[in-house]
Amino acid sequence: VTGRTSTARLGYWARGLAALAVAALFLFPLYWMVVVALSSRRDLLAGRVGLVPDTLTTENFTVAVLTVAANLMAGYAFAHLRFRGSGVLFLLALGTLVLPVQVIMVALFRLTTELGLYGSYWAVILPTSASAFGMFLARQYVLGIPRELFEAARLDGCGHAGVFWRIVLPLSKPLVAVLFFMSLLGSWNDFAWPLIALKDNQLFTLPIGLLYLQGQYGPDYTGTMAFALLNVTPMVLAFLGFQRYFVQGFVRSGING
Amino acid sequence: MSAASATPRGETRAAYAFLSPTLLLLGLFVFVPVAWGFFISLQRTDGFGDGTFVGLDNYTRLLGDGRFWRATANTVLFTAIVTPLSLVLGLAAALLMNSALPARPVFRAVLILPMAVSGVATALVGLLIFDENTGVVDALLRALHLPTVDWQSGGVGAFASVVLVTLWWRVGFNMLIYLTGLQSLDPRLTETAMLDGAGWWQRLRHVTVPLLGPSTFFLLIMNVIFSFQVFDIVFVLTGGGPQDATSVLVTYAYETAFTRRDQGYGAALGMLLLLVTLAFTAVQWRTNRGRDAQ
Repeated sequence: VTGRTSTARLGYWARGLAALAVAALFLFPLYWMVVVALSSRRDLLAGRVGLVPDTLTTENFTVAVLTVAANLMAGYAFAHLRFRGSGVLFLLALGTLVLPVQVIMVALFRLTTELGLYGSYWAVILPTSASAFGMFLARQYVLGIPRELFEAARLDGCGHAGVFWRIVLPLSKPLVAVLFFMSLLGSWNDFAWPLIALKDNQLFTLPIGLLYLQGQYGPDYTGTMAFALLNVTPMVLAFLGFQRYFVQGFVRSGING
Repeated sequence: MSAASATPRGETRAAYAFLSPTLLLLGLFVFVPVAWGFFISLQRTDGFGDGTFVGLDNYTRLLGDGRFWRATANTVLFTAIVTPLSLVLGLAAALLMNSALPARPVFRAVLILPMAVSGVATALVGLLIFDENTGVVDALLRALHLPTVDWQSGGVGAFASVVLVTLWWRVGFNMLIYLTGLQSLDPRLTETAMLDGAGWWQRLRHVTVPLLGPSTFFLLIMNVIFSFQVFDIVFVLTGGGPQDATSVLVTYAYETAFTRRDQGYGAALGMLLLLVTLAFTAVQWRTNRGRDAQ
């Protein structure tokens, strides 16, 4: 073994060690959450788990379906159709991605009240469906579909609706899965808006429930952590499963979480 | 319909049909509330019944509001600390994850994992670590006979805990963007520098970092925008306390509008946030467009 290759091998393992240290630092808080959470099985069994089913309701699924359909349609239009105002509209839609909810919270609160939604799950979930993130992902995805497929469908006499129905939709199954999941988990993790839109303890979403529990338990975190674990696990599993898509989405749109 | 679709006008009509659900949702739940928010910001109201019209009073009130200035100073300080730190840590992690090392995909996945954790869960786990009575860090300091840190009752400690928890949450995103940037660099450029006798640090400083300029700029803007929006972590970890030491604009706006129910003033704070966010977004967009045109 020459000196040079042994230095290279040393570097390889030294960097591995450094990465291990960094990874340990990143994983420790989650590991500690699991440890504390598992020390409170009593709370989990005591029926407080009643909070959980509330966060995945028919409203939630309905809104997810609505969101995905809207995202996909808009993504197709922005990716493949030439029309007046497309640049401005796309920019406006993208601009909404960076707006904190605190900009519109007062008016949104009035709006949901005026629409008679306040106090229901619709008030919590419906405003979150107006996210341009999924539309942006859909546009990128549709741009990746070979142009020849669209042209062939046109030659066969398909209109725009036909192209969408026969080409875009069948080819977008993985995207639909990701968007659907993201929509569900988005409302699963949302905090700032549900904090305003929920008035009834019965309707607590997990993050709000967490906050409420934390107030109840005080410095004893075991019960709170059990619920934190319930809140974190599905999202982390989905993230690991769909990592490639999430990463693409995050990189392209620059949006975190 | 298919015959009409061939013409540009048909295409425009089809496009708006496809866009209508999104435009309806964004219009109803974003653009209408923005306009309405401005209207409310011109009133004094508790959110129940009709408010009284006060013109620009809520905006002039901002000038003399010490708590508002405290929240602004904290937001700027938070942004000025978190942005460079998360850029440097993100770049360091990306350099490490771009080099040859064992189990690389696993390490990459671990670093971006916090992005999947909700803000509230992140903050609660942060309390588990930083609680000054039962937390891990102070327990460790006590075991080592070192002075403990007042993560809740001390202003500096509370601010530091918000910064540290935010870094844990955000560094993965910065690493991801830098990693993408590094992978698109031409390896011949660093090889040439190496043949010219440049050491690791010189190559990093004079070749890699300048070439990563676009990623850095993108991250700079994104981190500034995100830092202005740090709500979940502050709200849960410190609640803005002690004595407003960690109060930021978004938490102050929430407190104003929904705890004290001073909704007109809260709406004015919202409009201010809108202006700041739009300004930074416009800078980012203009630069992006310039780059695309090249």
